[in-house]
Amino acid sequence: MKTNTVPKPSVSEVLENKDDYKYGFTTDIESDVFLKGLDENVIRAISQKKNEPPFMLEFRLKAYRKWLTMKEPAWPNVKYPPIDYQNISYYAAPKARKKLESLDEVDPEILKTFEKLGIPLEEQKRLSNVAVDAVFDSVSVATTHKKKLMEHGIIFCPISEAVQEYPELVEEYLGTVVPVGDNFFAALNSAVFTDGSFVYIPPDTVSPMELSTYFRINTEETGQFERTLIICAENSYVSYLEGCTAPRFDTNQLHAAVVELVTLDNAEIKYSTVQNWYAGDKETGKGGIYNFVTKRGKCLGKNSKISWTQVETGSAITWKYPSCILMGDNSSGEFYSVALTNGHMQADTGTKMIHIGRNTRYSIISKGISADYSSNSYRGLVKVNKSAANARNYTQCDSMLVGEKCSAHTFPYIESANSTARLEHEASTSKISEEQLFYLESRGISRENAITAVISGFCKEVFKQLPMEFAVEAQKLLTLKLEDSVG
Amino acid sequence: MLEIKDLHAGFEGTEIVKGISLTVNKGEIHAIMGPNGSGKSTLSKILAGHPSYEAMGGTVTFMGKDLLELSPDQRALEGIFLGFQYPVEVPGVNNAEFLRMAYNAKMARQGKEELDPLDFDDILDEKMKLVGMDPKYKDRSLNEGFSGGEKKKNEILQMAVLQPKLAILDETDSGLDIDALRVVANGVNKLVNQDNAIILITHYQRLLEYVKPHYVHVLSKGKIVKSGDKSLALDLEAQGYDWLTPIPK
Ligand SMILES: Nc1ncnc2c1ncn2[C@@H]1O[C@H](COP(=O)(O)OP(=O)(O)OP(=O)(O)O)[C@@H](O)[C@H]1O
Ligand SMILES: [Mg+2]
Repeated sequence: MKTNTVPKPSVSEVLENKDDYKYGFTTDIESDVFLKGLDENVIRAISQKKNEPPFMLEFRLKAYRKWLTMKEPAWPNVKYPPIDYQNISYYAAPKARKKLESLDEVDPEILKTFEKLGIPLEEQKRLSNVAVDAVFDSVSVATTHKKKLMEHGIIFCPISEAVQEYPELVEEYLGTVVPVGDNFFAALNSAVFTDGSFVYIPPDTVSPMELSTYFRINTEETGQFERTLIICAENSYVSYLEGCTAPRFDTNQLHAAVVELVTLDNAEIKYSTVQNWYAGDKETGKGGIYNFVTKRGKCLGKNSKISWTQVETGSAITWKYPSCILMGDNSSGEFYSVALTNGHMQADTGTKMIHIGRNTRYSIISKGISADYSSNSYRGLVKVNKSAANARNYTQCDSMLVGEKCSAHTFPYIESANSTARLEHEASTSKISEEQLFYLESRGISRENAITAVISGFCKEVFKQLPMEFAVEAQKLLTLKLEDSVG
Repeated sequence: MLEIKDLHAGFEGTEIVKGISLTVNKGEIHAIMGPNGSGKSTLSKILAGHPSYEAMGGTVTFMGKDLLELSPDQRALEGIFLGFQYPVEVPGVNNAEFLRMAYNAKMARQGKEELDPLDFDDILDEKMKLVGMDPKYKDRSLNEGFSGGEKKKNEILQMAVLQPKLAILDETDSGLDIDALRVVANGVNKLVNQDNAIILITHYQRLLEYVKPHYVHVLSKGKIVKSGDKSLALDLEAQGYDWLTPIPK
C-alpha cells in the first residue's frame, strides 16, 4: 500500500509544484496544494512551509519512520478498500498573504463558507459567548476573540502559530498523551499534521467563554490531519467544542486527527464534539469521509477531570475512541456518546480508560442508533492498573435499531489488576417503536417532531451534557438524518 | 360530526372490522361494548390513523372531511383524541414537555400564540388538579414506570389539556380504583358540552353510572349487532353477550 506511485521530488520541487492541482474545490478559492504522495521530503516541505523550529521536524520524521513500520489496524468492525497513502495530497491551504493581521484579510469566499455553515466570523456577526478557530482544509484561517482571551492569559490559537510563539509549551506537551507511535493513524498524523487548535489555560482561570474549533474539508484529494492540544493548568476550567463538515464528493477523504488533553491538579476540561462529515451517498454508499481519530486525555493532576461528549452523525467510516488516562489520585473521567449511523455508514467507536491513580472514577454513557444498512459498534476498554486502589467504573451502553437491515454490536473489554475496583456494565438493545411515534402523533405532534422527541428521549443523558445551542443543533441533525429511515 | 359508513378495516390483509356504520352528533355520548377481540380497539385505532391498520372499504367523515385521508397528527388537530387502552411508555420524554408540545401544535393550528414552559405550567397545574394528579408527574418521563391506573389518568389529563371535539376512550375505566374512576368520569363529564362528543369503549356498567351515554352499541366479531339506550348496558351486565352473537350457520 505504501509503494510510491509518484517519482520522489525534492523538497524544493514539492514546494514549487504546488499549483498543479486546481480541481476539486467546492469553495472557489485559490489554493496551495502539494503533489500527491508522501515521503520524507514532503514532510520536510510541510515543516518548511510552516516555518517550524527544528524540534518539530524531528518530531515529524520520528513519527514518519515509525509509521513506515506499522500496519493499519484490522480489528475494527468496519470494511473498506485499501487506502493508497501515496494517492493523497498532504497539504492544501487557501492561498493567503504571509500572515493575517485581521479578518479583513481572509478570503471573503471562505468567510461566506463559514457563514453558510452557521459560524459567522466577522466582528459584527460572530457569537459573543464562543471563541472560534476556523480550520479550512489544512490551515486555520481565523480565530475570534483572541485578544479578549489573552487578557485572561488564555492562549487560543492555531497550533501552527503556537509552534512559533510558544515553542516551549508545545515541546513540553505535544505527543505526551498520544505518543508518535501510538497507532497507525496517530503516527501518520504526527508526521504530516498541518494545523488545528492550541489552547492553554493558565492556573486559577475559568475561561470566560466557550472555545471552539470548526473544521471544514474543502479539497477533494487532500487528507485532513488536524492536531489539537489543550492544556488546562492548576485549578482551571475550560469548555471546548468541535464541529466539522465536508462537501459531497464521490471519492473518500481521509481524516486522521489527533487530540491531546492534559489537566493538572484540580483542573477540568469539558470537550464536546458534533461530528457531521459527509457520510457518502445514502443509497450507494459512494464517497464520504474516513474518520480515523485518536482522542485522548491525561488527568495528570490530582482531583482533575476530563469529560468527553460526542455526537457522531456523519462519516462513511468512524474509528474513534476518546479516552482518558486517570493518573492523578481522585481524578475522574466521563464519556457521553451518541453515535448515529444510517445509509451505508459504519461506526466502530467507544472509549478506553486506564485507571492508574487511587480513587479514580470513570463513567460511560453510550447511545448507538443504527438505521438503514449501517453498522454501529461500541467498543470499550476498562483497564485498572495494580496501583489504582478503589477505582470505580460505570458503563451503560444502549443501542436503538431503526429498520431491519442495520446492526448494532457491543464489545466491552475489562482488565482489572486491582481487587478493590468496582466495575459495572449495563447494556440494552431496542427498536424505535412505531407505537411510540403513533402515540405522540395522535396528540397532534408532527411525525418529524415525534421522531425528534423519541430520539432525544433516548439520547437525553448525553444531550444534557452539551451546551444549549449545540444540544439543539444535535437534535435537529439526528431528526434530519432519521426522517427517511423511519419512513 | 362523525359519520362512519360500512367501514371495513383490518391488519395485514385480515379483516377485523367488518362493515360498521355509526353516526355521532355533537353533544352525544356513545358507549361501545362487546366481547374481547371483537374489534373495539381496532376500530378506535383506525379512527386515529394507526399506520399498522388499513381501511379496506367504506368511508369515515369527520366535520365534513374525509378522515381516512388525514395523517394521525392532522386528525388530532382536527379534534380527534384517542385515549389508549394500553398507553405506551416513552423514556426520556418529559411528561410536561410532551403535553406542551401537543398543546402548542394545537395552538399553531389555530393560529394562536404558542406558550412557553412557564405560561403552560399554569394551565397544566389547573388541569392536573381537575383530574386529581399529583404535580410530581410533570417531571416524570411520559408514562415510564407509571402504574396501570396512573397511565389511564395521564390519558385523561391529555384529554383535558387538548379539549378535543371527539374523544374516543378505549377502556379508560379498566384498571382504575373507585376514586380514580370517579375522577375520570368527572373529567369526561366536564368535557362534554353541545360542541363535542365522546365514544366510550368499556366492559363495565360501572362507568356508565357516572357518565350517562345516549346510546349503547354492542360490537361483536367486527359488526355492531345491537344498538340501544343505556338500559342495554344493564341487560348486558346481567346476561352477557351470548344472546346477541349471531349463531353460526
Ligand atoms: N396488530 C395486530 N396483530 C395481530 N392481530 C391483531 C392486531 N390487532 C388486532 N388484532 C386482532 O384483531 C382482533 C380484534 O382486536 P381488538 O384489539 O380490536 O379487540 P377488542 O375488541 O379491543 O378487545 P378487548 O376487549 O380485549 O380490548 C383480535 O382477535 C386481535 O387479536
Ligand atoms: Mg381493546
